[in-house]
Parts: sequence; C-alpha cells; structure tokens
Amino acid sequence: MSQRNVRFNGGAVLRAGSQWAVPILLIVLWELLSRAGLIAGNVLPAPSAVAFAGWRSLQSGELLHHMWVSTLRALSGLVVGGLIGFFFGIANGLSELSRRYTDTTLQMIRNVPHLALIPLVILWFGIDEEAKLFLVALGVFFPIYINTLHGVRTVDPQLIEMGRVYGMSPWTLFVKVVLPGALPSIFVGLRFSLGIMWLTLIVAETISAEAGLGYMAMQAREFLLVDIVVLAILIYALLGKLADVIARLLEQAALQWHPAFQRMTGDPK
Amino acid sequence: MSLSAARDARVIEDEPVHHPEKSGGVPLVLRGVTRRFGEKRVLDNLDLHIRAGQFVAVVGKSGCGKSTLLRLLVGLDKPSSGFIDVGTGEGGNPARIMFQEPRLLPWQRVLANVEVGLPPEVKGARRHAIARAILAEVGLEDRAGEWPSVLSGGQKQRVALARALASRPRFLALDEPLGALDALTRIEMQGLLERVWLEQKFTAVLVTHDVSEALALADRVILIDAGHVALDLNVPFPRPRRRGSAEVAHLEGQILDRLFGTEREAPANAHQRLPAH
Repeated sequence: MSQRNVRFNGGAVLRAGSQWAVPILLIVLWELLSRAGLIAGNVLPAPSAVAFAGWRSLQSGELLHHMWVSTLRALSGLVVGGLIGFFFGIANGLSELSRRYTDTTLQMIRNVPHLALIPLVILWFGIDEEAKLFLVALGVFFPIYINTLHGVRTVDPQLIEMGRVYGMSPWTLFVKVVLPGALPSIFVGLRFSLGIMWLTLIVAETISAEAGLGYMAMQAREFLLVDIVVLAILIYALLGKLADVIARLLEQAALQWHPAFQRMTGDPK
Repeated sequence: MSLSAARDARVIEDEPVHHPEKSGGVPLVLRGVTRRFGEKRVLDNLDLHIRAGQFVAVVGKSGCGKSTLLRLLVGLDKPSSGFIDVGTGEGGNPARIMFQEPRLLPWQRVLANVEVGLPPEVKGARRHAIARAILAEVGLEDRAGEWPSVLSGGQKQRVALARALASRPRFLALDEPLGALDALTRIEMQGLLERVWLEQKFTAVLVTHDVSEALALADRVILIDAGHVALDLNVPFPRPRRRGSAEVAHLEGQILDRLFGTEREAPANAHQRLPAH
C-alpha cells in the first residue's frame, strides 16, 4: 500500500512538472531567438532582459506596490460582485417570486458587454477606485449568478423530498442539501469569473489609473520601456494561473465527496 | 420527546433493542380516501385498517395507485377527500419512508447520512453514538467514515434503512426499496428487513411489484386495482419462511390470477392444487 502511494506521488509530481514544460520551452526558444538577433530588442526584449527589469523593479519596491494595488482591486471586486451574484443566484433559485421579478432584468444587463460601460463609469466615478471596483464587480457577477442559479435549480429533487420527509427545517435543508448540491456548479462560476476579473481589471487600469499593473504597463509604454510592458503581461499570466490554482484547491477541498475528485484527494478515510 | 430520548439512551448502552410497549407500531386507518389527479381517480373511496405492528404488503400493477397510497400515509401528499389517521403514539416518533433509491446525501459521510434520520434535539456525541449503533444493526459500522459513492447498491440501501430506523419510527413505509437491487442482494435485504421488523415491531407498509417478496415478508397482502382494494389476504405462514413452499406458491398463484384476470392458464393449476390441501 505504502509503496503504491510513493509511486503514485512520484507520478503526480512528474505530472505537475510536465504542465510547465511547454511554457518553459517557449521562453527558452524566445531567449535563443533574441540572442541570435532574430527578435529586435525594442520589439520584444529577451526573457533575461525582462527578468532583469523585473528584478530591478522588485528591488525598488515599485513592482510589489503595483501588484498589491491590483490584487486588492481584483479581490475586492470579486468579493462584492461575487457575493451579490451568489445572493441573487440563491434567491432566484429558491424563490419563484424573486426569479420572476429579477431574472429578466439581470439577463438583459448581462447581454451588455460590461467593458462598454467604461465611458459611462468614468463619467460617474471618475478614475478613482470606485470605477474599477464597479467594473470588476459587474464582470464577475454574472458567471457566479448564472452558475449558482443553475446549481440550486438542478439539485436532485429526490434529495430535497427526502430532506422534507425527514423533518429538516428550511434552513437545515438549505445548508445540508441545497447548498452542497449547488457547490460544484458554483465553483465553475467562480473559475469563470476569475478570468473575467483579471480581464476587466487590466482593461480598466490600462485606460485610467494612478497605480496598479495596468498603469505600470501604460507608463512604461510612454517611456518606451518595452521590457516593463512585457513584464506586466507575464505577471498577468502568472497571477491568472495562481488564481486558478487557488480555486482548484478550494474546489478539491470542498468537493471531496464528489467521485470526480476522489482520485486526486486519495483515500477518503 | 422524552420517551424517544429514553429509548435512544438505551441504544448507547448497546442492549438489544426492545420496547416497553407490547407493540412498537401504530395503527393506520383510512376511511373513504379518494385521491384525484385531474379527472383520474387514482384512489377511489378506499377503506383500510392496518393493525399496529402489522407488516402489510401492497401489490398491484404500475399506476394502480399503490405508491400514491404510501405517499398519503407518510404525509407527502394529501387526499382529495376522506380521512387518514396515522396514530402518532405517545412518543410521537415520526413515520419514516424508505424510497426505491437510497437518496443518501453524497456530500455527507455514511455516519452523517444516518444522523439525518435523528431529530435535531439529539446532539453531539450521543448523536454519533446512536447513529453508529444503528449502523451496526445493519452491519455497516466499519463503513461509517466512507463517502456514499464508494458503497454498492445494496450497502447504500442498508444505510438508507439505518437512516429510516434512526428515530425508532413506529410506522415505516417502504416504497419498493429493494426494486433496484440484484436478486441475491434482494433476498439478503429481505432477511434484514424481517429481522429489524421482528425486533422493533413497527407497523410496516411495503409497496412492491414482486409478489413473492410480498409473501416472504408480509402478514397481509393487499392487492390494489384501479384505486380499489381488489384482494386482501392474510399470510399465516410462520417465520422464518421457506422460499418456494407449496402453500406460498398457491397464494402467489391466487394473487397473480387476480392481477392478470381470469384468462390466464394459472387458475386451472390453482384449482388443481386446491384439493391437495
């Protein structure tokens, strides 16, 4: 048994490593092409140059400052928009009345690309934090809303009937049956909204900001610091991946019971 | 709830289950019960009296109203007219139902699924202890920490039985709980059902398609046809019953004849067999 576990873990490590093979290979190729002079430094600086720029920026504290500002914006937008979406998803999933009065409105708003609201948002909020918070919250709202609603409405009605017959109070029924049953779907919504969260934030910061990664990239463009621009883009990619990894870990922890996750978490005992 | 609490406390002490009352069951009375779905009368002016502690099997073709009858008895549905009295008894222990599907919560481990059957007043360590004791009664105490998804169909149904028994119900409704199991597991489960019923003497109403299952378990078999009681037979055989004995086969023939009308060949056989008794 233990031997099998060891072998399994070895395989897992190898598999986790293999995910990064292609990105690393691309970077090596890029470095080689730059060194060979096939890619001009003022078009696309070599990875080593970008790394060097990153190191300098890190030492001056500037990079961390911008990353911190961006992360804070992203997370606060996610929390605000996500909670509202979660709330409406639950309410409309449980209550016919609530669904009748709000769902049509929400579906209409959903079909307006939220980034198209940027001019209006700037007029309303200026270029302050509220503008970014509003846009990110609006962007993450819909995936979470729709998937929560879907999750609640597709909870096995037989389980709900069982809960009723076994005398569960409405609250117990919600906590023990409806919410856990909707959770897989809610996680799908969360992972979708993480992607939208970064996208929205970057666009918003690129257009108008006084700090943050998008601002850093736009400043660098003004001074033709291509390495910093590329650095910002790479950091976006890494942050996006990081958010996805965190969401996956949460998912695995919360959905241990799900047959699809049992292999990854090992023996449920 | 003091009575049930006292009973529960005894479970912890791990004594064999027996009740202070002569019978752990409640009587069921239906008077003039009609249930309509639109124009169709699924149950039509039904009168039925089931003695406390009796094991009754209800058989009938699909759509004859037998499941509707069960749903009315456990309060999942209300009659269009008529009167139903499921005596709650002093303990007020609720009626419980076992469905055709196990209906376990996949996100709760086996033990927590059994605890679903306990009233919310029972808390903490006592809750676990009672659930564990009942799980042991159905022979699954070693699976308490598993997820339901790793259990076999028969094991899941045993967990569902433990959940139904957790609150020591005085009336247990069984909606074809063994219908989806393979033949061998089904016989095993029939034995288990009979054992817990003999121990606890709750009133049991089993809805089934399987006439031989009805005869293996029940004191009384009721055949429902087009919303009426078409046949009401006592099954006087001693327990444990031997499968495939001549008397059982005779009764089975009688029920099947009534189910499929008189055109079948079986009536001739049944008549031939009759003089032998």
